[in-house]
Amino acid sequence: MSETSSRTTGRPRRHALLLGAGLAAALLAPTLACAQTELLNVSYDPTRELYREINAAFSEEWKAKTGETLTVRAAHGGSGSQARTVIDGIPADVVTLGIPSDIDAISRISKKIVPDWRTKLPNQGLPYTSTVVFLVRKGNPKGVKDWGDLVKPDIKVITPNPKTSAGGRWNFLAAWGYAYEKEGRNADKANAFVGDVYKNVPVLDTGARGSTVTFAQRGLGDVLPTWENEAYLVFEEFGRDKFDVVVPPTSIYAEPPVALVDANVDKKGTRKQAEAYLQFLYSDRAQAIFAKHHYRPLNRAAAKPEDLAQLPELKLFKIEDLQGDWDEIQKKNFDNGGLFDQLSKAGR
Amino acid sequence: MSETFAPATLAEARPASVVTEGLWVRGLLIAVAILFLALFLVLPLVTVFAQALAKGFGAYLAAFTEADAHAAIRLTLLTAAIAVPFNLVFGIMASWAIAKFEFWGKNLLVTLIDLPFSVSPVVSGLIYVLVFGAQGLLGPWLLAHDLQVIFAVPGIVLATIFVTFPFVARQLIPLMQEQGTAEEEAALTLGASGWHAFRTVTLPNIRWGLLYSVLLCNARAMGEFGAVSVVSGHIRGLTNTLPLHVEILYNEYNFVAAFAVASLLAGLALVTLLVKSLLEWRYADEIKAGARGH
Amino acid sequence: MAPPKRAKRRFLRPSVIPGFGLAFGYTLTCLGLIVLLPLAALVTRASGLGLSGIWEVATDPRVASALRVSFGVSLLAALTASVFGFLIAWVLTRYRFPGRKIVDAVVDLPFALPTAVAGIALAALYAPNGLVGAQLARLGIEAAYTPVGIYIAMVFIGLPFAVRTVQPLIAEIDKEIEEASATLGAGRVHTLVRVVLPPLIPAALTGFALAFARGVGEYGSIIFIAGNLPYVSEIAPLLIVIKLSEYDYGGACAIATIMLGISFLTLLAINLIQAWSRRRFGYV
Repeated sequence: MSETSSRTTGRPRRHALLLGAGLAAALLAPTLACAQTELLNVSYDPTRELYREINAAFSEEWKAKTGETLTVRAAHGGSGSQARTVIDGIPADVVTLGIPSDIDAISRISKKIVPDWRTKLPNQGLPYTSTVVFLVRKGNPKGVKDWGDLVKPDIKVITPNPKTSAGGRWNFLAAWGYAYEKEGRNADKANAFVGDVYKNVPVLDTGARGSTVTFAQRGLGDVLPTWENEAYLVFEEFGRDKFDVVVPPTSIYAEPPVALVDANVDKKGTRKQAEAYLQFLYSDRAQAIFAKHHYRPLNRAAAKPEDLAQLPELKLFKIEDLQGDWDEIQKKNFDNGGLFDQLSKAGR
Repeated sequence: MSETFAPATLAEARPASVVTEGLWVRGLLIAVAILFLALFLVLPLVTVFAQALAKGFGAYLAAFTEADAHAAIRLTLLTAAIAVPFNLVFGIMASWAIAKFEFWGKNLLVTLIDLPFSVSPVVSGLIYVLVFGAQGLLGPWLLAHDLQVIFAVPGIVLATIFVTFPFVARQLIPLMQEQGTAEEEAALTLGASGWHAFRTVTLPNIRWGLLYSVLLCNARAMGEFGAVSVVSGHIRGLTNTLPLHVEILYNEYNFVAAFAVASLLAGLALVTLLVKSLLEWRYADEIKAGARGH
Repeated sequence: MAPPKRAKRRFLRPSVIPGFGLAFGYTLTCLGLIVLLPLAALVTRASGLGLSGIWEVATDPRVASALRVSFGVSLLAALTASVFGFLIAWVLTRYRFPGRKIVDAVVDLPFALPTAVAGIALAALYAPNGLVGAQLARLGIEAAYTPVGIYIAMVFIGLPFAVRTVQPLIAEIDKEIEEASATLGAGRVHTLVRVVLPPLIPAALTGFALAFARGVGEYGSIIFIAGNLPYVSEIAPLLIVIKLSEYDYGGACAIATIMLGISFLTLLAINLIQAWSRRRFGYV
C-alpha cells in the first residue's frame, strides 16, 4: 500500500466525515409537534371506564354547542407516575388525579399549574369525591368488618404502594385516621397500627389497578381496601358470585381533584376548550355519570336515585382535620424518610 | 462412511460410548432438556394463546376491532419502520469502519456500541427523559421551539433505537472481519468504485447475516416495553405501542383482549423464530460468525 | 504492508479501501447522539449528588435491598440458566433425536417474545390459581409475587444467552481428542471433566455474564410476577420507576448510575474473559 493513495484520499475523507455526521443529524431531527383540537386529560388509574364515558359525552356536547370536533384523549397510570409525566412535559390540558398533593407537586416543581388551583373550580376542584371500602372473597370467610380486622395475624391485605399510587395513599391515611380516632387521638398508636396493617401486605403493586388484578384475577389476599368505585367495578366485572363489598363503619373522605394545566393550554391555545371541559365535570350530565360509576357526585340531585342507593351511608373523616394541610400530610407520611419509609424499614 | 481404511473401520468398531454417553444417560439428558424448555419457555407461550382464546374466537377477534388497538398497531409498525432501517444503516456503517480498517481505540468503540445491550430498559428510557424532558437538559430549548420529543413519537422511536442499537452492528462486525479485505481490495484494483465494491463484493457476503440481524432487531423493536413505558406517557390512541396496549388492557380487566393482543406479538415472535431457523439451516456458514454476538 | 515513514503512531492504518471517513464519522455521530450524550446526561445528573450522595442513596436500606434482590436473584438465575443451558446445548449438538431442530428453535423464544407478554404469561401460569402455581402451592411453594417469581422470569430471559454462547463451541470440539482420552484409558466422566469441559469454560462464563447482566436490568417480565414489596421482592429497575414517580430525579439517577456502572463492569469482564480465552485456547 503506497503513501500517495492515502494522501490523495485525505481531503475527501474529511468531507465524508462531515457528510456522515450531517446524515446522522438529519435522521435524528425531532418531528414538529402539530397543533390539533385535541384535549389531553392525564388521569389516575381507576378512572379509565369513567372518563371514556365522560369524554365521549363532552365531545358530543361541544360539537352540538360550537360545531367543533374535539377529541379528548386520556392517559392513565398511578397518580404519582402521571404527575411525573406532566412535570416532564406531557402536553396535558387538564389533570384529574387521585390526590391533591400530586397536583401540588406539579405546581411546585414545574410551575405549569397555578399554586391556588384549588380556588379556580367549585368545591376545591372536586367535582366528585370517593371513599375507601373493602372488597373481600364471597361470604367474607375471614369476617372482615372494620379497619381493626386488617391487623389480625391470619389476614392478607392487598394494597398498592403509597409512594406511587393515590389509592395506596388513601388506604394508608384511612387506616391511620381510623386508629387515631379509636386510640383517643394518639398519633404513636396510629402509626403502630398502620405498621401492623402493612405487615399483612404480601404484594405492593404500583397502581390501584395492579392491586385489583392481583386480588381478583390472581386470587391473592383476603381483603382489598380500595376506592369505592373500584370495589363496585370489580364486583360487577368479575362476578357477584366471587366477591362481596364490605363497607366499614368509618372511612376516609377521599378527594381526587381536577385542575387546568395553565402553561400547556396557553401554549396550545386550548384554554377555552379545557376550561369548558372542567366546567362540564360539574354539569348535571357529568354528575349523573359519576354516580353511575360509583363515584360520589357533588350534586346528588343530578344523579339517578338507583345509583345513589348504591353509595352507602358511612361516617367519613377528612384527613386534613387530623393532620393539617396537604404539604404536611405528604411530607409526614409519604416523602423520603416519612412514616411509610420508617414503617417498611421497621417491618422488614 | 464407505471408505474402507483400516483406522476408520476400527474407530467405528469401537463401542459408541467412548465419544458419547450411554443410551439411558442420553435419554435422560434429552428428557431433562426438553422438560426444562417445555416448562420455562413453551408453557408461557401456550398460555398466551390459551388465555386469548379462553372465551372463544369471537371474543378474540373483538380485541382487534377497537380503535385504540389499531392505533397501537400503527404506532408499533411506524416505530419499527424508523428504528430498524436506522440501525441497519448504522450497523453497516459501523461494521464497515470497524471490520475493514485498523485504527486506534477500536476495542473501546466496540464496547461502547455494545453498551445499550446491557443497560436496563428502564435506564434507557430515563436517560431520554433527562435529555428531552421539560426538566431535562434540552427541555427549555425544546419548549421554546414547540418541539415535543418524549411523550410523543420521536421519544418512543429514540428509546427503541437505543435498545436495538447493537443488534445489526454486533452481527455484522465478526462476519465482515472473517471475510477480510482481500476481495474488496481486488475489486478496487480492478477499477471499481468504493460503492460498487461494497454492493457487488461485500453485500452478497453478508446479506443473510444482515437479514438475520434485521429480523432480531425488528422483534426487539416491536416488543420493547420498559424503555418505551418510561417515555410514552400512555396516552390512549396516541403514544401506546402494542406492548403498552397489552399492559393497559390487562389493567382494565380485559384479560382476553390483553392476551389476544399479546398473542399477536407472540405470533410475531414465532414468525421471527421460524424465518431465523430457516435462515440458519440454509445459510448456516454465512451467518455463523456473528451468531455468538447475541 | 509498507511500514509507515514516520515513526509516530497513526490513528488509522492506511488502506486502499475507501469510506472510512464516512463510516467512522457516521458511527461516531450516531453513537454520540443516541448513546453517549443521553448517558452523559445521566452521569452528570447523578454527579450533582457527589460520590458521597450516590453512596448515601446506594446504602439507603431500601435501595440496598433492591440492589441485593436484583443482583442476588439474577446471580442465581444466571447460574441456573448456565447449568441447564449447558445441558441443552450439549443435547442439541451431540445427540440426534426427532424434533431436535424445533427444540433448537424454541431456545431463542425469549429473544423474540416481548418481555411484557412473557410477564403476563408467567404471572398467569405461576399465580396460586395458575396451571403451575396451583401445583407448586400444593407443595407449599409460593412462586408468583415472591422472589421465586423474579427468579423464574430471569431464568426465562437468560436461558438463550447461556445456550447460544456454548453451543457453537461444543459443535467445534474435536472428537478425536475425546477418542484419544478414551483410548488412553480415561472413563467417560473423566474425559468430560478433564478434556471436554475446560475449553468450554470461557464461553460458559460469557454466557453466564450476559444472562446475569440481562437479568439485573430486566423490568417488563418481572413487574407482573414479582410482588414488588420493599425489602422482599422489589427490584432495582422498579425502584427507579418509583423514585421517578416521587419526583426524586436525583435518587433515580443515582440508582441508574450504579446499575450502569455494574453493566459496564460486566461488559468489561466479558471482554477480559474473551481476551483470556483467545490467549489460552486460541478462540473466543
